Amino acid sequence: MVSAILPFVVQDAVVRRRGKVLVGPVDFTLSDTGISIVIGPNGAGKTSLLRMMHGLERLSAGEAHWAVSLDEARRRQAFVFQTPRMMRRTVRDSIAFPLTLTGTSKKAARAQAEVWAGRVGLSDLLGFQASVLSGGERQKLALARALIRHPDVLFLDEPCASLDGRATREIEEILARAVADGTRLVMSTHDMGQARRLASEVIFMFAGRIHEHQSAVDFFAAPNTTQARAFVRGDIVE
Amino acid sequence: MKHLIFSAAAFAALAMSAMAEEIKVAVTTSFHNSGLSDVLLPAIKQDLGLDVQLIVVGTGQALRLGAAGDVDAILVHSRKAEDKFLADGNGTHRREIMYNDFVFIGPSTDDAGVKDAETAANALTMIATTKAPFVSRGDDSGTHKKELNLWRSADQDVDGFGDWYRAVGAGMGKSLNTASGMNAYIMSDRASWLNFKNKGDLALLFAGDPVLFNQYAYIPISPVAYPHVKSDLAVALEDWLVSERAKEMINTYKINGEALFVFNAAP
Amino acid sequence: MSDIWSGLSQAFWLVVTLDPDLVEITLRSLQVTLSALVIASVIALPLAALLSVRRFRFRRVTIAVLNALMGLPPVVVGLVVYLLLSRSGPFGVLGLLFTPWAMIIAQVIIIVPLIASVAHQTLRELWSDYHDLLISMNTTQYQRIRTLLWDGRRGLLTAALAGFGRAIGEVGAIMVVGGNIDHATRVLTTAIVLETGKGDFALALALGFVLIAMAILVNLTIHMVSQTESGDRW
Repeated sequence: MVSAILPFVVQDAVVRRRGKVLVGPVDFTLSDTGISIVIGPNGAGKTSLLRMMHGLERLSAGEAHWAVSLDEARRRQAFVFQTPRMMRRTVRDSIAFPLTLTGTSKKAARAQAEVWAGRVGLSDLLGFQASVLSGGERQKLALARALIRHPDVLFLDEPCASLDGRATREIEEILARAVADGTRLVMSTHDMGQARRLASEVIFMFAGRIHEHQSAVDFFAAPNTTQARAFVRGDIVE
Repeated sequence: MKHLIFSAAAFAALAMSAMAEEIKVAVTTSFHNSGLSDVLLPAIKQDLGLDVQLIVVGTGQALRLGAAGDVDAILVHSRKAEDKFLADGNGTHRREIMYNDFVFIGPSTDDAGVKDAETAANALTMIATTKAPFVSRGDDSGTHKKELNLWRSADQDVDGFGDWYRAVGAGMGKSLNTASGMNAYIMSDRASWLNFKNKGDLALLFAGDPVLFNQYAYIPISPVAYPHVKSDLAVALEDWLVSERAKEMINTYKINGEALFVFNAAP
Repeated sequence: MSDIWSGLSQAFWLVVTLDPDLVEITLRSLQVTLSALVIASVIALPLAALLSVRRFRFRRVTIAVLNALMGLPPVVVGLVVYLLLSRSGPFGVLGLLFTPWAMIIAQVIIIVPLIASVAHQTLRELWSDYHDLLISMNTTQYQRIRTLLWDGRRGLLTAALAGFGRAIGEVGAIMVVGGNIDHATRVLTTAIVLETGKGDFALALALGFVLIAMAILVNLTIHMVSQTESGDRW
């Protein structure tokens, strides 16, 4: 029985770059179930928070602990970037790539990739170079690539920011299936509707700090802070 | 990609495998330019089964290669340098093989009047007085040293020359090219001149003074200094070079009907 | 001008009649340069990848030195290799002087900085594209280098061809360490020098045209071969 990598505990964490504080200090615990949605105005530090949690940003202060060793935890997460990072290869080989890193044979990896391409609706594009895909198709590729190793935690940084309605719906369907498969989602978004649709818990950020962290039901019923209330209303928060 | 690497390695190995009985001899550009080696080498291969690999460089470099043990013998034409070479223990002995001569080349208009000179020293004095453009090898070769000796014997101070005197630091062929391009005077060995294909407006103006004779000597590299040299092959080559066969080939070698070398090896 | 026409027609004639001397020195040119290219690529490409992904104190200095080494005069490299391979030098016992191997060694030294520099440019760009992704996927240094080298192979091919171009036309170094020995170490470029020195410009030009034609042919062939690798062949 493989031990869970969650809960993930963060204490007094600060991320600084070039002297400027991007995030922090923040304290929170990521529990082992649910979908966490991170919301907040631009510049609030959502991206930095996610990157910090995944290990793409180094902590300038404070601590962050997974329930297992850091090495173990890093192997069981994945990240989907706001602008999908495409490799210079075909769709099939791009999705198969993470499997080849852990020793899966080329043939088996490609077979798996074809299965996942089917799940995200990219079966017709398997032989094409990833660079010719549209924005929505790229994001689906990124998702398939992220999910192919069945990560315990999946971080997504505004994955639907530049996508149309149809692509957004399709992505959300894929995410729902991933959650059903047992993946913990941590996702930032601009889209309040999306937040309401998906969240089981909400993390509201403002100016690099976490202002609210509670269940979605409670948050959307009555946000605690003025900034959160203003944000949910759609006002400019500064 | 893999078989590219493979065939490249195979290619390289092939090159290494072509090893017959062979000897490396450093010779001067002047000697090579005469074309005599194209006649002698096949005959040597036929008679001795020996592949003579010629490394054609200036006298200075030939002596250097010999002194470093990178060749098995040298064939040069610079008496003083050869004596020093032997005194330094690099060679076993020197054996005179043949001589050719140097000639003075210049523009056909001959502003310095070199055609009418009586001696080589005379001709050079005329060139210096007229300050006609003159190209010198300038590369410390046998030819260059000869040229400097001649200026000295004509009581001329090379260091005091103006820029009509151009030292190019190159081999015979390149120097002739430069002289042709500049329409300048130049001292060349007869063989290089006869074989030279870019004569332009130049012509042979003066020759025949015995002081212009150019003695070629063969020096095997000392096996005491360099045990790895193929000294028996070097001896075999020397014996061939002083033989009747070599004498006949050397004396009858002609360019445009003119003989170039005179065999003068003592048995 | 007449020399150029004469050179062109001589070149044509030499090629059409498959002149044995020409064939010999052309094959040797290819043999020396292609060997040097393979060896140099094996050294330079991973080096370039390493420089792209790894941060270490002297990285900037190393890159600057590599770029500067591209300006090394080949004849200087030749001299140094000669001194190393000479019988009175440290590696004289190997007996490599005046053989094609000495020429290969010299050419490897000359083109490694070039291939590494050009490859590094490509790979650095690629790394900045792949950086977040590969780190997110928890790759090892070795995996990163392998991925960059594979995905960047088009740019690496360009780098290798740049090295080929430099080497095939090189003459200063291989003249010194090879000795331009007839039937042993004579190649197209050294033969051109020889004929030029003899004043036979037409023949020198002819050999030059053959050299250019061959270089174009090699480039074309490699480009055609690499096209078949596009699509989804791994």
